Amino acid sequence: MKRLVWVYLCAAYAFIFLPVIVLVVFSFQDGRLPVPPFQGVSLQWYAKVLGDRDLMAALFNSALMAAVSSAVALTLGFLAAHGLARSVLPGSVWLRGLLIAPMTVSYLIIALGLLTVFNQTGVRLSLWTAGVGHVVINLPLCFAICYAAMGDHQKAAERAARDLGASEVQVLWLVSAPMLAPALLAAFFLSVTFSWDEFIIAFLLTRFEVTLPVEIWSMLRSGLSPATNAVGSLVFLVSVVAVVLAEVFVFRRRA
Amino acid sequence: MTQAATERRVGWGLVAPALIWTVAFFVVPFAAMLALSFARMEGRAVVAAFDLGNYVRFFTEWPLFKALLNSLEITAVVTVVSVALAYPLAAIIAFRVPVRWQRLALLLAVLPFWTSYVVRSYSWLLVLGQNGVLNKTLLGVGLIAEPLEIAATRTATVIGFVHFFVMLLTLTIYANLVQLSPNYARAARDLGAGPVQVFRFVILPLTLPGVVTGAFVTFVLCMGDYITPQILGGNNELTLPQLIMLQLGRSGNFPLASALSVILMAVITLAYVLSARWLRLDRV
Repeated sequence: MKRLVWVYLCAAYAFIFLPVIVLVVFSFQDGRLPVPPFQGVSLQWYAKVLGDRDLMAALFNSALMAAVSSAVALTLGFLAAHGLARSVLPGSVWLRGLLIAPMTVSYLIIALGLLTVFNQTGVRLSLWTAGVGHVVINLPLCFAICYAAMGDHQKAAERAARDLGASEVQVLWLVSAPMLAPALLAAFFLSVTFSWDEFIIAFLLTRFEVTLPVEIWSMLRSGLSPATNAVGSLVFLVSVVAVVLAEVFVFRRRA
Repeated sequence: MTQAATERRVGWGLVAPALIWTVAFFVVPFAAMLALSFARMEGRAVVAAFDLGNYVRFFTEWPLFKALLNSLEITAVVTVVSVALAYPLAAIIAFRVPVRWQRLALLLAVLPFWTSYVVRSYSWLLVLGQNGVLNKTLLGVGLIAEPLEIAATRTATVIGFVHFFVMLLTLTIYANLVQLSPNYARAARDLGAGPVQVFRFVILPLTLPGVVTGAFVTFVLCMGDYITPQILGGNNELTLPQLIMLQLGRSGNFPLASALSVILMAVITLAYVLSARWLRLDRV
């Protein structure tokens, strides 16, 4: 029984890591196809990828869109959470439901709806039309995280600040935001992750300025290549470093 | 103006931007799509109408309806297999791995999450393809004489999905298991229950809400995904999202694509209603 447990554990990890290992190993392939036999170690595909102007442009677009759309989503979500937490509005249950609703809908459907509207109103597709879609998917998340983090303690501090003559903007900026800093950071981090890796909205709502997942997608259409492995490995490396840093500096400290 | 009225006005002012954004870019687009699903195609032009033609087509043309069945079958298999594989893994990490290593074990179990989504499916293609690692290995050790045809089949789609959802479910089920007080199992053992009975009558019922929630999330994400079936499954057996994308791309048939999306949405809503009894979406 005891041995069975460890066999299962090892098998599960093997299954989970198999594709990643294959991806990374064959990014060093000294040959034209990322399949066995492994023909030797070469960095040529990394050189090719890092010198590829389209790919670097896509990388920049992805980073820009993830940062801007997450910042917008966080701002809107934070303000709405603050508004709903501080004053009793008629129908606030429905308001909360409406703000959360996009979370339960497939990205494909959100993208198709926006595409319909942009087509009918003659809006030209660009990085920013996809950014609008990314705010739609991340706003519920940011709102929910901020709303859940607001407690009575916070409300008391805000009321005190108001009694002492702080304006609404000052309350938000000098009291609420600093008190919620960990939640705001978590919401921003999650939004960036989702936006960075999102495919279908970016695919349907951009035209010429594409994001990294869309660029990788178009690389796939020309068949298997170690260059795709190299891009994938680089993205993986960056993400893992980010996760480890977050783990060590943000979460470890709290625990 | 009274104090309460001022309060309320400020409240509305704060909620307004998010509300306007959600209405303008979520509610209105959805309504537009719904309206479009009743429109007609004449040649390559969309004619506004109130026409049930697209829905009738879906239920009467077998290739269209088959896409929904394919999606449902794949999703059902993926959900069951993923839960069946993830539960033991989560349980081993929660109960057998020493506490100080659990966080690391869990972090490792979800590490491939951090590869790009498109790249993850592509990696499985490298493993499962005709000249892929799996075939080369099996041929090498002489287990098979001919390469297995896995890529571009439903099996490949299922493997790709299961890989993703095993990671997701391990995380959610683990979170459920460690919340359980060990006293429940201890009490059951004191009263004479064996390990199987403890699991069957104590642990499993207590973690069921978490499992159902995880299974529901799996269902929603799996039904709506385009990438995995497109890269791994190929074009032999289309899923509903693949069919929708095909309508957009090749034929530019937006009304039919809209109708199919509405149907996808209806199926997911139905699944929600059916599982709502056990769902604890606030406790994911």
